[in-house]
Amino acid sequence: MNINTLTIDEARSLIESRQLSARALAEAHYAEIESRDQTIGAFLTLTRERALAQAERIDRLAEKGDPLPPLAGVPVGIKDVLMTRGERTTAGSRFLDKFVAPYDATAVERLEAAGAVCLGKLNCDEFAMGSSNENSAFHPVRNPRDTTRVPGGSSGGSAAAVAAGFAVAALGSDTGGSIRQPAAFCGVVGLLPTYGRVSRYGLIAFASSLDHVGPLARSVKDSATLLEVIAGRDPHDSTSADVPVGKYSPECGREVKGMRIGIPSEYFGEGLDPEIRQAIERRIDGLRAAGCEIVNVSLPHTEYAIPVYYIVATAEASANLARFDGVRYTTRAPQVKTLADMYRRSRDEGFGAEVKRRILLGTYALSAGYYDAYYLKAQQVRTLLTRDFQNAFTRVDAIVTPVTPTAAFKLGEKTDDPMSMYLSDIYTVTANLVGVPGISVPCGNNGEGLPVGIQILGKHFDEATVIRIAHAVEQEQK
Amino acid sequence: MKVTAKDVAYVADLANLELTPEESTRMVADLNSILSHMDKLNELDTSNVEPLAEVVSAFASAGLSGSEKFAYAQRADEVKPGLSRSIALSNAPDTDGTCFRVPKVIER
Repeated sequence: MNINTLTIDEARSLIESRQLSARALAEAHYAEIESRDQTIGAFLTLTRERALAQAERIDRLAEKGDPLPPLAGVPVGIKDVLMTRGERTTAGSRFLDKFVAPYDATAVERLEAAGAVCLGKLNCDEFAMGSSNENSAFHPVRNPRDTTRVPGGSSGGSAAAVAAGFAVAALGSDTGGSIRQPAAFCGVVGLLPTYGRVSRYGLIAFASSLDHVGPLARSVKDSATLLEVIAGRDPHDSTSADVPVGKYSPECGREVKGMRIGIPSEYFGEGLDPEIRQAIERRIDGLRAAGCEIVNVSLPHTEYAIPVYYIVATAEASANLARFDGVRYTTRAPQVKTLADMYRRSRDEGFGAEVKRRILLGTYALSAGYYDAYYLKAQQVRTLLTRDFQNAFTRVDAIVTPVTPTAAFKLGEKTDDPMSMYLSDIYTVTANLVGVPGISVPCGNNGEGLPVGIQILGKHFDEATVIRIAHAVEQEQK
Repeated sequence: MKVTAKDVAYVADLANLELTPEESTRMVADLNSILSHMDKLNELDTSNVEPLAEVVSAFASAGLSGSEKFAYAQRADEVKPGLSRSIALSNAPDTDGTCFRVPKVIER
């Protein structure tokens, strides 16, 4: 058994058959983390006591021969933007360095109720703002496939932990690509559920109309299993949708013959690395051979998605991050004399450069005199982007695109130019603006041996189709 | 240059951020670079396009209007257990054990 490549089904069956205890499996993962995470930097906090207590609960069930829950004993990691009761939860920010979460995020609670063993909290860009994990206030994460390169962001720790063999799966959050892009850079699967499909209760908010919680895993089937566990209406999150949750894992293996796959020309234009284009075209050929109908579609407003996204996301962030005021959340600058002084100096000391940049940009876009030109305009173009997808989905069941214009870039390569970093999100932000589900699936390596991802986007609440096609794409490569 | 150091100082004030002179210089440059890309949106005529603030009402509630779209999010107005006072205060930098404590608000 190689624990670095274990899937959920394999882990669960080892425990069910009592070849291995859940405790031993957790300890084996901690040993991997201790020996190699100094290089990778995926974890910010290990929650050993909590993990071992859960593992022992699972072992007692297994000893009695009781039926085991779907994630029994599966070691997972949690992106540090999700609350874990009694554990340090930082959002990758100096501001929350000493913050101890008072309750569990619903997604975390549901994972644990399904038997998962939460090993610890995973590094990320500060408040999930970034595409390289270099905005973590603590330390960057390195890509396990090439440690001179970034793992992507903002769920860089989540993708790296799954790729490096530190956790069988992980939770991430995706506001503009933060699950799918690091999954593509690290060679794992990243699933973006439909907006509202998974509760955000206990997610430290970045941009509330765009934030999604979702899984990163080693296979499409694992991501489907995780979605079944975490999805569904939650009374604690009024934006969680009251839409029935399907059984997603049985989609893996169902045939894709007759499905209509849309290829939007706007996602294959200038700026796309030719090797990535070739890798994706090979998979499209594979889907055609499997009986899919390949249809050219147009998403004509694609080129406007980045400006829309960075206006809407920063405007919402400027409001959401107002709560970090020096009163409630651990950080207050010393020796402040007045209330205004406390706000300013606490925020100055607590926030990193990218967070300040986005708060300023968002505040600017919402300020008197600029609201109509930027924020309102962006919301109007968001309507146009939504219509693009509505039109395309009258003709196709799913849309296939690249995840990223290039493979993982080097650490430091884009840190001096925020706009070039933002532009690397070109193929992922639109799904968040429109609210549709998507998945990033590995589709081979480039000439330098770096992973390449393919993205499949579906209709609202049609994760089933996305997963079915993703599984076909994954299996075709085996 | 669209955005000046004065604009950055004004926006920083609105956002309760304090910037060093170096940070301010950097932000002026970054904001101008970013906003010049944002201006691409002006290529589109959106005079008859409704703004979209969130997607739920746009796709999940066909046939419903106004607050009906969000009826699923309503709940009975009942008292339920919440965080205890001690847990709610536990992350605060300063408390008197009952309330959050802050510097003097009103100057005399």
